[in-house]
Parts: sequence; C-alpha cells; structure tokens
Amino acid sequence: MQTFDLEAQGLRALNASLHALKGLTNQTAWEIINPKGSHAIAVGVDAPIEITVRGSTGYYCAGMNKQATIRVKGSAGPGVAENMMSGTVIVDGDASQYAGATGNGGLLVIKGNAASRCGISMKGIDIVVHGNIGHMSCFMAQSGNVVVLGDAGDALGDSLYEARLFVRGSVKSLGADCIEKEMRPEHLALLADLLKRGEADGKAKPEEFKRYGSARKLYNFNIDNASAY
Amino acid sequence: MSDFPHTPPRFSATFSPAINAEIRRAAASGIYDIRGAGTKRHLPHFDDLLFLGASISRYPLEGYREKCTTDVWLGTRFAKKPIHLDIPVTIAGMSFGSLSGPAKEALGRGASEAGTSTTTGDGGMTEEERGHSKTLVYQVLPSRYGMNPDDLRRADCIEIVVGQGAKPGGGGMLLGQKITDRVAKMRNLPKGIDQRSSSRHPDWTGPDDLEIKILEIREITDWEKPIYVKVGGARPYYDTALAVKAGADVVVLDGMQGGTAATQDVFIEHVGMPILACIPLAVQALQDLGMHRKVQLIVSGGIRTGADVAKAMAMGADAVAIGTAALIALGDNDPKLEAEYQKLGTTADAYDDWHEGKDPAGITTQNPELFNRFDPVLGGRRLKNYLKVMTLEAQTIARACGKNSLHNLEPEDLCALTIEAAAMAGIPIAGTKWIPGKTGF
Repeated sequence: MQTFDLEAQGLRALNASLHALKGLTNQTAWEIINPKGSHAIAVGVDAPIEITVRGSTGYYCAGMNKQATIRVKGSAGPGVAENMMSGTVIVDGDASQYAGATGNGGLLVIKGNAASRCGISMKGIDIVVHGNIGHMSCFMAQSGNVVVLGDAGDALGDSLYEARLFVRGSVKSLGADCIEKEMRPEHLALLADLLKRGEADGKAKPEEFKRYGSARKLYNFNIDNASAY
Repeated sequence: MSDFPHTPPRFSATFSPAINAEIRRAAASGIYDIRGAGTKRHLPHFDDLLFLGASISRYPLEGYREKCTTDVWLGTRFAKKPIHLDIPVTIAGMSFGSLSGPAKEALGRGASEAGTSTTTGDGGMTEEERGHSKTLVYQVLPSRYGMNPDDLRRADCIEIVVGQGAKPGGGGMLLGQKITDRVAKMRNLPKGIDQRSSSRHPDWTGPDDLEIKILEIREITDWEKPIYVKVGGARPYYDTALAVKAGADVVVLDGMQGGTAATQDVFIEHVGMPILACIPLAVQALQDLGMHRKVQLIVSGGIRTGADVAKAMAMGADAVAIGTAALIALGDNDPKLEAEYQKLGTTADAYDDWHEGKDPAGITTQNPELFNRFDPVLGGRRLKNYLKVMTLEAQTIARACGKNSLHNLEPEDLCALTIEAAAMAGIPIAGTKWIPGKTGF
C-alpha cells in the first residue's frame, strides 16, 4: 500500500506519481490522505490500480479515469469521474453536480445522493446512485445506463439520445423526448447486474424500477416539434 | 391610360427582394435558414485600415535582404512545452464531420509544410489530422464528442472552446445526412440523426469553474501542453480578462466574420462583433493585467491576406487563425465547379450549404463519391502556397514600416479610412489625430 499525504506532498506530485504507473506495476494499492476537498485528485489515471481517498474531494476527482478503481471515503465535488473511459469510481457519500458527465465507459457508484445534471451528455458510462438524483439529470445522455434507487428531480432525460434510465422512486418530471418504456426481461437482467456491480443488490430488486428512454421524436428536426426544443 | 410616364417600380430598402424571399421561404418551410460560413453583411474590417509605411522619421528595411522574422511562441505562461511556429498564421478549429477526412488531411499537410498548426473540432481527433499535423491543437468543446485522455496527451496544445465568432452563445447542429457510420461512431450517436452540440460546457459554468477545469486538464497532461481558451467576439475585454484569470496560456478571439459548419443565418448575421472591434478591447485587457505578450492572443474572423495578418498583429495580436480562407485555398467555392453549384441552386463563391454534405469540391461532405474527388496532397500544397504568400505579404508590409519582426508592428503604423473603423480599432483617421471616442476632434 502506497500512502500519499496530499496536504504534505501536493497535487502535482500525486498525479505525476499515478501517471507514471504503466502496465503491470506492483504498486497496485494507493491511499490518499488529507484530500481536504482538493480539486483534480487522481485525474487521468491509466493503470489497473486501486486508489482510496480518505476524505471528501473537490471538483473532478477521478476525471477521465481509465482502468483504475477509485473509492472516495467521503463526498465528491462537481464533475466526479467526468469523461471516465473505464474502471470504477465509488463515492461513499454524496456527489455534487455533473457526476459522471460525458463518461464514455466504466462504472460510477454513488452511495448517497447525486445533485443536478448527473450523467449529463454521458456516452457509455454506467452510473448507479443509491439515493436521489437532481434536476436535469441525463440531459442529452447518449448511451450507457443510469440506475437510481431513490427519486429523480425535474426534467429527467431531457433531449435524451440512447441512454437507458432506471428509477425506482418517483420522477418529478420528464424532460423533452423522455418517456417511460416497457421493462423487458433483458432490462431486468441488465439491472440485476448493475445493482450487483453497484454494491446495491441487497437494497433493491430489478422489478421495483421503471425504465425511461428516448421517444426519438427530436432526432431529426420537424417543425411540428418546435415547441419541444 | 395616361400619357404621363409611369413611376418606375421602386423596391423597398426595408422589404428588399432578399428580405421578402426569406419571408416566403420561412412561411413555406417553417424552419429558420441554416447555413455554413460567416457573416455576409458589410462590416468595418481590416480593409478600412492602411499602413503608413516608412518616411523621414523612420526608414524601411531592404525588402529582400534584411531579416523580418515571422516565428511565434505560444503557451509560454505555464506550459512546460510551449509551441514554436514558423509563421503566425494558424488553422482554426474545424471538425471532422463537418469536413471530410481528406480535407482534414490536407489541412494537416499544408500547415505542417508551412510551419504552423491545425486544430481539431467538434468531433474528436482523426488519424488523418494527427498523422499529418506536426503541431495539432485539440479542442475541448461543450459536446465532448470523441473526447478522451489519450488524445489530450497526444495533442500539442489544448483549446477550451467557450464560443466562436459566428455564434457566440450558440451551440451547433450537424444534420443527419452528414452523420455517417464513421462520424456516428466517433460521436457515439445513432447514424443519420441530427447531432446537436450544446451551447455551454456540461461540467463547468463561469470563470471560477473554468479555472478549476483548466487545472484538471493541466494535471491530466502533466502541465506540458499550452492551454488556449477560445471565445467568440462578444465581450472581449471581460472574456479576455477572465480567461487570463482562469489560467489560460493563450486567448483565441474569433470575430463574427469567423465561419461555422452549420448555424442559423439569423445567428450568424445578428450576434457578435466584428473582429476589428474586438482586438483593441482584448489587447487592453491584457495590458491592464500586465499580460500582453505573456498570454498570447490569436485572432480570427475574416483574415484573408498578408495585409490582414499584418494589421491584426499591428493592433496587438500575436498570431491569427484562418478557417474559411483555408477552405477556399483547398478548393472550396471554386468557379471551375460552377456547373455543379448551379445544380445545387447556388453559384461559386456563394455556396454556403456546407451542412447538407453535397459539396462538389469534396471538402464539406462525408459522401465518399464527393470526398474521393479531393486530392489531399494537392490540397495541402495549395494551402502551403497560400500560407507562404500571406506570410510574404505581411513581411513586405512590416519591412516597409521598418520592422524586423512582424511582432514589432504597432498601432502607430496604421491609420483608418472611416470613422467607424477608427472608433472600433482605436486608430486615428488618416491625416488626423482623431480617434472617435478617445480624442477630441
């Protein structure tokens, strides 16, 4: 286990050390202490390592992550795991705005609540939120899956493309072109897998969720839909 | 019938035939007009400025004997690896998707041969461009199409796009006919749908957030790459100041003459400011912060000739960027294709339906039948020639002003022809000391 004191050693040294890890490193376990809400912790990592951040983080923790498993033992500021490519990011507490924004792959798990715009413009990432998500979540979400064990705020999935949204609780309102869709067996199987990987399999059953997706009415401009834009 | 002469038909200046045609088009179609390129209205521009040249008080440099340097360093503020270009004319961001793969290759070839950079666009980095561009600027756009950390690292510079001159405050739209399999895959979207690009970034708002975003990108790339911030010409004083405050190495300022792949005509023609009015405000902001020449300023929007380059630099820019002019150099809107433009209901030098993907020159299309017509080697050679000519022209003017570097050109070398240009550029009207809004008449 490599222990890195962020307060003492500094952000630049941390990210440089993590970026230096290539391929089959034997330094596979890292612990970051004293994060104290710092921004850009463990960004751009590209190695199959496990990183534990002991405390809360500022903006963009785990941004553009590839391969690594990063666990935040606290809450995360805006843009956690933004544009993630692969790997896993787990936030034990809450996450602020834009969690998982534009993520291309990997899994983001938020044990608490996620604020507004969770999964905005997501491009393939899977997101599992144990609590609630805020307004305008999954705006223009292109692909990937979002699982919400709690409730969703206003305008869920506005201008949605092909992402699949699963919400167990209430949805305050659906955004433009987002509709409830039939839950078929393949979706239940997908949900069961996501709940398991998202450390939530004991908390909810797939049958308790509703599925939301794109009505695909805004995919090509039609003047009759102008009021929806 | 009276024998008196009739009053001849008189067209309204307000309801001109062109305006009436647009009203009829809107009434018939129910959708605003979308097109490519930049504003087509007449605006105060570099043509309204002149160089004074040498005189008794200053002597010129010998045209072909004495050195006049053109090279420029960009990103010297924070980046570990600032870039060095042989000429101060760069290629502006244009996406793969809006442009064909061979066109992107040609831009890379021509720019590299001329010693300058190209810039990606709203669609990610292609192998054609990375492979042929010695110096490549990678754009971080609101849509984040194709965005990934590997491309961030293999870029030479990174440009965070806040806005562009053709549509400050606007997003984008790539219509479905250009979303081919390859474009769809790069953008992670279904084939054939209209691809919308959002108008603001998904994970930050405002200058304080931007500062943190820049920090993140610097950390991901180990502080190696120069980071540009590109803004549309709207509020250049404050945008420049805020970009500097946020930590930009370079500010890219795009006036409303700058082109776009596809935007509403009403947006192109009615939002933003001409580049002539933008430059002095940006330079003033840099000077007020003590950062002029420390944070470099690249300006764009209607740069066509070496004279435009020299005038922009005399006003305080460190470099310029070209987009539309580069496409024309490649072969866009060439009169030799007139018969095909006629079939599209337009004419050479006016073709702007770049979004429709029917470009007979094979540049703004994803149709293989069309883009295979385009020879990227020849296109690259044409672009190189054009860039070299612009540079020679700018050097000619600089030597005539007694300057041994394009960067030594200064506002004092210029005069203005019109009151509007004088006021916007902060340059006195020819033969006077009068700068409207600054000095007494």
